[in-house]
Amino acid sequence: MSNENNKTLIEVQDLKVHFYLKASGFFNRKRQAVKAVDGVTFDVRENETFGLVGESGCGKSTTGRGILQLIRPTAGSVRFENIELTKLGKEAIRCMRPKMQMIFQDSYDSLNPRHPIGRIISDPLVIHGIARRGSAELKERVSELMNMVCLNPGYVNRFPHEFSGGQRQRIGVARALALNPKFIVCDESISALDVSIQAQIVNLLQELQEQFGLSYLFIAHDLNMVRFISNRVAVMYIGKIMEMADRQTLFKSPLHPYTKSLISAAPTPNPKFERNRQRIILSGEVPSATNPPKGCVFNTRCPIAFERCSQEIPEYREVAPQHFVACHAV
Amino acid sequence: MSLPSYGKLADNRPRWLQQLATFIRLVKRDKGGAFGMLIVILLIFCAVFANHITPYDPSLQNLREGKTPPAWFPKGSGKVTPSWAHPLGTDPLGRDLLTRIIYGSRVSLTVGVFGVLLACSLGLIIGMIGGYLGGRVDDIIVNVINIMLGIPYLLLVVVIATVLGRSLINVILIFGITDAPVFVRVTRSVVLRARECGYVEAAVSIGAQNWRILFEQILPNLVGPIITLGTLEMSNLIFAEAGLGFLGLSVPPSVPSWGNMLNAAREYILSYPWMAMWPGFSIMITAVGMNLMGDWLRDIMDPRQRRARR
Repeated sequence: MSNENNKTLIEVQDLKVHFYLKASGFFNRKRQAVKAVDGVTFDVRENETFGLVGESGCGKSTTGRGILQLIRPTAGSVRFENIELTKLGKEAIRCMRPKMQMIFQDSYDSLNPRHPIGRIISDPLVIHGIARRGSAELKERVSELMNMVCLNPGYVNRFPHEFSGGQRQRIGVARALALNPKFIVCDESISALDVSIQAQIVNLLQELQEQFGLSYLFIAHDLNMVRFISNRVAVMYIGKIMEMADRQTLFKSPLHPYTKSLISAAPTPNPKFERNRQRIILSGEVPSATNPPKGCVFNTRCPIAFERCSQEIPEYREVAPQHFVACHAV
Repeated sequence: MSLPSYGKLADNRPRWLQQLATFIRLVKRDKGGAFGMLIVILLIFCAVFANHITPYDPSLQNLREGKTPPAWFPKGSGKVTPSWAHPLGTDPLGRDLLTRIIYGSRVSLTVGVFGVLLACSLGLIIGMIGGYLGGRVDDIIVNVINIMLGIPYLLLVVVIATVLGRSLINVILIFGITDAPVFVRVTRSVVLRARECGYVEAAVSIGAQNWRILFEQILPNLVGPIITLGTLEMSNLIFAEAGLGFLGLSVPPSVPSWGNMLNAAREYILSYPWMAMWPGFSIMITAVGMNLMGDWLRDIMDPRQRRARR
């Protein structure tokens, strides 16, 4: 699909998204911050699928939203084709939107139940003044898009609730494709679907990638699916990237203890391997992002943690070409 | 990739026809709602065609026939014998009560409709601004609304009415403004909920402007609640207008309105009770009809409740 020589499309550097909690008391005005994303660095190349995995609440989705400026980052930089997005004003961002789109997790929630799907798919084109509502070229483009995602164009006047989950997700894909974007964030786009439908959507995404040279930021918690679709993968834990490498390296020879435990937790379909699978079981709960542990955020649950881990934040460094790890033990 | 295409569904009628069929089915299913709607339609008919369906002029005096009892009352209970020339009787000045009741519906309906329209537009604008922008603007709006709701309603209305004087426009203005807080609250709550919906974020991500999100994505959510609330509030306003009329603060006494008629009938209530009966009865039946219709609208506007109600 892609190779390492591809040009960088998106460069994320030390991205931070913090949410400030409303003060609980009337007089106690000390603000607490939830550090949802706390210094994340990676890049997405052209025509590449970049997988982002991690537990619930580790900041995967927030990272995706921070890149698209749906949530304005607290700090750090996001460069899209060498344009610094975090510095752009509202209107400038709006003009950039056609190039970067998003496919949402909950297709039921992300499609307005009161609008027929023809309107949902054509909205991006109307908003950016590419075609007028009701014009013949708009209708043509909508049926083209519907064909692209294997929906019967005769269904334009149906409403979202008249479709199945997989069909609705494909409506979301069609909407994201309407403006010919270069980059799409797939935010758990297949997590809520049946396995057979997941395969259908993933295949569709890959076909579209080949056809249009798209880049994906593929956010998921299903490791097998990420392994299948991604070129490179990053593993997140409480707002930080623990390890990033290309697919083969990360799944075959993970270095970070958290990555190892994640991979060991994913079931394999082959019973022979499954029987011999060594589980690394983590104890305890994920610490809160309001009050992350000192030192390495993973030290409270890490099976190999030593004294230094609870004091010093491990540097996120390149241990092998294109293999980044943040761990003292590596 | 090829996917199975599903056959067309059986119902291929145009959407508006399907909606009409659904509507008729819903009317049939709920007798109370249908009854309420019938009353409201009748009321609108009376108000619009008052000058065509009434035999007399509402202010035509005929002292010789004054205080005529309703037609079916026994003879000899008053100076004047009841007759079908005045089916509901006459007032002390000999004005036909049926005619005045029918004309009175005009005032009630005008105040109801325009009062609600004014309150609703104010409420929609303020509520949408507060709910969508949030922050300090919202805080101010919420607090002002709470203060307004904290003031005793009738007292406030009486004060404003006394200051502004008696006219139809003033009555509409008073009710439109004092009733707006209810609409602000409902609008704000709906907007607050809709703002967090996934499709609003999706609209942002495709690059929709604020006004587009507000009008195309959020506003449609308001149609149901506002229509329902409007109907219920209309009956409240008609009630309140009659109350104001009874206190002598609504439209000028020369205008036939239910409240004014009640006010005028007060001193005769023991000897000629029908003079107070008819306007009172009209107010009651209007309120019942509008409430029934409002309840029914609330249920059918919410698809989840649609099934529960039989």
